[in-house]
Amino acid sequence: MNRVLLARLIDLVFVLFGVSIIVFLMIRLIPGDAVAIMLGANTEITPERMAELNRRVGLDRPIVEQYLLWAGAALRGDFGTSLWTGRPVAGEILLHLWPTLELTFLALLVGAVLAVPVGCLMAQTRGGAADVAMRVTAIAGLTIPSFWLGIVLILLLASWAPGFASLGYVPFSEDPVGNLQRMTLPAIALALPILANLSRLVRSAMLDALGQDYVRTARAKGLAERKVVYKHALRNALIPFLTSVGIMTGYLLGGAIVVEQVFAIPGLGRLILGAIAERNYPLIQATILVVTAGFVMVNFLVDLLYIVVDPRVRA
Amino acid sequence: MQRLARNKLLTFAVVLVAIQVILALGAPLFAPYDPMAQSVARRLRAPTELNWFGTDQLGRDVLTRILYGYRTSLIACLLAVGVALFAGGALGLVAAYYRGWLDRIIMRIMDVLFAFPVMLLAIGIIAVLGPHTYSAAAAIAVVYTPIFARLLRGPALVLCESEYVAGARAIGASDARIIFLHILPNLASVVLVQTSLLLSAAILVEASLSFLGLGTQPPTPSLGLMLSEGRNFLMLSPWSAIFAGFAILFLSFGFNLLGDALRDTLDPRLRGQP
Repeated sequence: MNRVLLARLIDLVFVLFGVSIIVFLMIRLIPGDAVAIMLGANTEITPERMAELNRRVGLDRPIVEQYLLWAGAALRGDFGTSLWTGRPVAGEILLHLWPTLELTFLALLVGAVLAVPVGCLMAQTRGGAADVAMRVTAIAGLTIPSFWLGIVLILLLASWAPGFASLGYVPFSEDPVGNLQRMTLPAIALALPILANLSRLVRSAMLDALGQDYVRTARAKGLAERKVVYKHALRNALIPFLTSVGIMTGYLLGGAIVVEQVFAIPGLGRLILGAIAERNYPLIQATILVVTAGFVMVNFLVDLLYIVVDPRVRA
Repeated sequence: MQRLARNKLLTFAVVLVAIQVILALGAPLFAPYDPMAQSVARRLRAPTELNWFGTDQLGRDVLTRILYGYRTSLIACLLAVGVALFAGGALGLVAAYYRGWLDRIIMRIMDVLFAFPVMLLAIGIIAVLGPHTYSAAAAIAVVYTPIFARLLRGPALVLCESEYVAGARAIGASDARIIFLHILPNLASVVLVQTSLLLSAAILVEASLSFLGLGTQPPTPSLGLMLSEGRNFLMLSPWSAIFAGFAILFLSFGFNLLGDALRDTLDPRLRGQP
């Protein structure tokens, strides 16, 4: 148990280290002198100004030292200051983090909760035309562009219920009803591909589990079919489901960035797109680093949960 | 009966993909208008006999722009997935064949790339390269490289241990000959299925990036771009956004169904898996 845990921890540290190096190098790879680009927007470029900014950003030091300084500061939660507003980058990220997290969480909740009954239903109606129809429907759900679905939902709702506020964002603490009302459509738009994906997974895991000996035993001793399906088979089918949920968060965080644009939600998507438009490199760097680190941590936690749930992994 | 239904599904998928690929590549032949031709008098029209899918905010024919948008999307995604397949496949095979430290280094780097959420890594790469169709393609290629590397390494490891590879080595076949002649052909079905599925995903990623203004730039026709432009005129005339969305859906759906049906047909052991 401890050895597995230790191995996972080493993997985690290594991956986070690698991610930080890639994020750090990304900005160094920008063609042309990034400093000149930063300066060029609103001031005349003089060698003195270049040197001054170079010093301020730390670009005059050796690259390894630059990385260590940057990574060390990042570990303490200091991502530098935004190039244009001069405010700390960490504060800007915190400000935009909440709406994205809320949207991601709600979509995951909707998708994962619905996927279990849908997947079980799909597994029980195995074979024949219904099976094919369900598979095709699931694939369609998987390939619907969520940002388009969002637009269509807005359109439909605007004609059915014109009074329903579907755009923008109000914090949950200020107006819980308004918050959830505005989150409904984006969460549905984002959740559909997850639902399609996870329900297919539940279906195949269920089919797998239903073919096992212990299910036959459960049936043989006269248990109700409902109990066999939901208690015996489902529990085991949920193990691969768990890993997928971890991986899904990566898709959700990326998808949220796009869906936020459709629903005018001031989350990380707006932050990073704004940063790209104004070439605010420290902000881009920090946003990618923070979100990726979060995603890696979620998957690490899922791995740990996996060890707890499935005793075989401990061996 | 089920086998038959599955083959019907495969046929349907092949036809669906083929029609769209032909429409995309032959866009200049099929499109009724010039994709750039603007007409202020005929802007934001609903579908008519002249413009089957209506016109956009600059009076351009939506059907024409969708056909050309197909072309932009499909070429970018074929390029991206092709590069990822080549790079990732090569890395995965080399890692499996040579093992040892080379394997460890390659797969560690792939693990790190794989750790990024897809859209976020793509956005980061585009921040470096600047927004363009080819930047989006490059970003998708980088994002999918570790997927192919992981996909090929596993089965290649098993094949490397097989008796016929040992036999080939015993009669003095070169490494390249073993990899290309004895290992690669056995991985063809895995590659085919995954390529099709990743093409489906790539189409969505490319559309998302263009929708965000990070991929194809105006006035080049692009499905994602049509959606984001059409969004501003949604209440006046939703046609361009709606049809562009359907186009993205059908293209992505076609490739996904193809991958799914191919998997069933090529590898009966995996039947019914997601």
